[in-house]
Amino acid sequence: MPLLECRNLNHYFDGLCAVSDFNLAIEPGDLVGIIGPNGAGKTTVFNLITGVYRATRGSILFGGRETVGRTPSGIASLGIARTFQNIRLFRELSVLDNVRIAHYARARYNAVEALLQIGRYHAEEKRIAGRSMDLLAALNLDPYADEPAKNLPYGMQRRLEMARALAMEPKLLLLDEPAAGMNPNEILQLMDLIQWIRKTFGLTILLIEHQMRLVMGICENIKVLDFGATIAEGPPRDIQNHPKVLEAYLGEEVTV
Amino acid sequence: MKTDHGNIRTGWRKMTESRFFMPGLIAAGLILSFSVSHFELLDPYVQLILMYVGINIILTASLNLINGYMGEFSVGHAGFMAVGAYTASVLTVSVFPGHMTFLFFPAAVLAGGLVSALVGLVVAVPSFKTRGDYLAIVTLAFNMIVKSLIENLEAVGGPRGFLGMEKLTTLPWVFFWTVLSVWIIRNLVYSNFGRGVLSIREDEIASDLMSVNTRQVKLLAFVVSSFFAGIAGALFAHLLQYINPRMFDILKSTDILIMVYLGGIGSIAGSIIGATIFTLLLEILRPMGLWRMVLMPLLLVLLMIFRPRGIMGLREFRWFIPLRDVVATRLRQAKKEAADASS
Repeated sequence: MPLLECRNLNHYFDGLCAVSDFNLAIEPGDLVGIIGPNGAGKTTVFNLITGVYRATRGSILFGGRETVGRTPSGIASLGIARTFQNIRLFRELSVLDNVRIAHYARARYNAVEALLQIGRYHAEEKRIAGRSMDLLAALNLDPYADEPAKNLPYGMQRRLEMARALAMEPKLLLLDEPAAGMNPNEILQLMDLIQWIRKTFGLTILLIEHQMRLVMGICENIKVLDFGATIAEGPPRDIQNHPKVLEAYLGEEVTV
Repeated sequence: MKTDHGNIRTGWRKMTESRFFMPGLIAAGLILSFSVSHFELLDPYVQLILMYVGINIILTASLNLINGYMGEFSVGHAGFMAVGAYTASVLTVSVFPGHMTFLFFPAAVLAGGLVSALVGLVVAVPSFKTRGDYLAIVTLAFNMIVKSLIENLEAVGGPRGFLGMEKLTTLPWVFFWTVLSVWIIRNLVYSNFGRGVLSIREDEIASDLMSVNTRQVKLLAFVVSSFFAGIAGALFAHLLQYINPRMFDILKSTDILIMVYLGGIGSIAGSIIGATIFTLLLEILRPMGLWRMVLMPLLLVLLMIFRPRGIMGLREFRWFIPLRDVVATRLRQAKKEAADASS
């Protein structure tokens, strides 16, 4: 059974079709990429999967369970974590708190225990702080644990977003343009990091990317969107020479 | 000389971080407040001002939870105060027997808080869909509804007000409720739920996507906030021994807002400082008569220019932060310094 399955997903913004008949099946352990020109509907697909938008038509099954109609936090606690195209950290809060917040659904104490500081509160807070520091250390962010997130340089903010997503103990990780604004050297490091995360945490990854080097380098399967429709699908080698993909990116071939 | 200074500092730190320090301080405060009120150690007028300070601390800390920590803008806090004040007053005057006030007064105050919390639950619902300016309008409307509702309830005296309460609010009681409210709000802030509250202020959509159940967090924040506003109202009613609907109008809500933004948003210490300075300043400047109404706003304008986030904005006294976090931060700092020194 696929971990994530989108069936005939359609989404309209007031009559404007953003995604049309989108189909996707990701098996556990897959690393799938979605590419396409600007405005092709890639981020809308992420927003549909995570529940920010409610699909106009179609269904999304995660681990066999329907997610359309659930709240974003409900879907997140099922095990879908994401990062954002334009970084969305909790800027004024410390790096450590950014990661601790993502433990919300996994914290095992209730409001009464929290308000009176009794029962499981102390042990659980200790566990959350320890696990958060471990994650920060794994991504080389531990020296900055007490800094406000807004003070970190750009590349570290991207890594912090990943640490925050991993804190949710997800099964599926959605990366929205993780290489945006990075130079070729940083992209190589990012490729290693994504592979390492996937192996260490046993994750399934779906990513949106413009950087062909990254997509072609690590994805096993690629889906190409244009104007909301899927125009091509397959392993990187097939995609690179697919006529419709070339047309979408470079325009139609004309014989002069 | 220098080492002496260091010794005093580590000694002070050791003492304040002992697990008996805070409970000891609170016990001492309770004994002190009890003896002050019992043996009349202080002028009754001074005692009255101290009680107002305590009530205002409760109001400020509870509103700070919504406006400072959660980043919403609630302007109807006096509405919750009215609910608590009227509930408790009706209970002590018409329901509970006149004797055994030692038992029945706290029960009445608690009931005032609980009814107010119930109302807070209802006000929290619009906050699921609206925020910012629009939620401010909702809370404004709530304050007006409460006021006109009471004005039209003949059973509690309507616009003439309600009286007959004994002066049951004493310094020890105010101290007890103030400490309790500050402690519980502080516990909330430094829990999983409190971090949820902060993340809503920073970025609500991102917080939802990071598995924070924002509805649950908002409900909890509104319930705790309105609970303590109700407690403050109940104490206020049994201090003044007379309440009327006009006492709980927008102007009262504005006073609480001023204390929050004066002391500093998102800070327990700020709430205490803001409420104390505002209450004391109003009394100290009383001889100035009308000029007080010129000087106070002027001070506020100056504060907003030089410290836009209030005196303690987004900062906290070490004593209010859980010791676990303080120690962890200090260890990381030491490690960093050692690493810097060796390189």
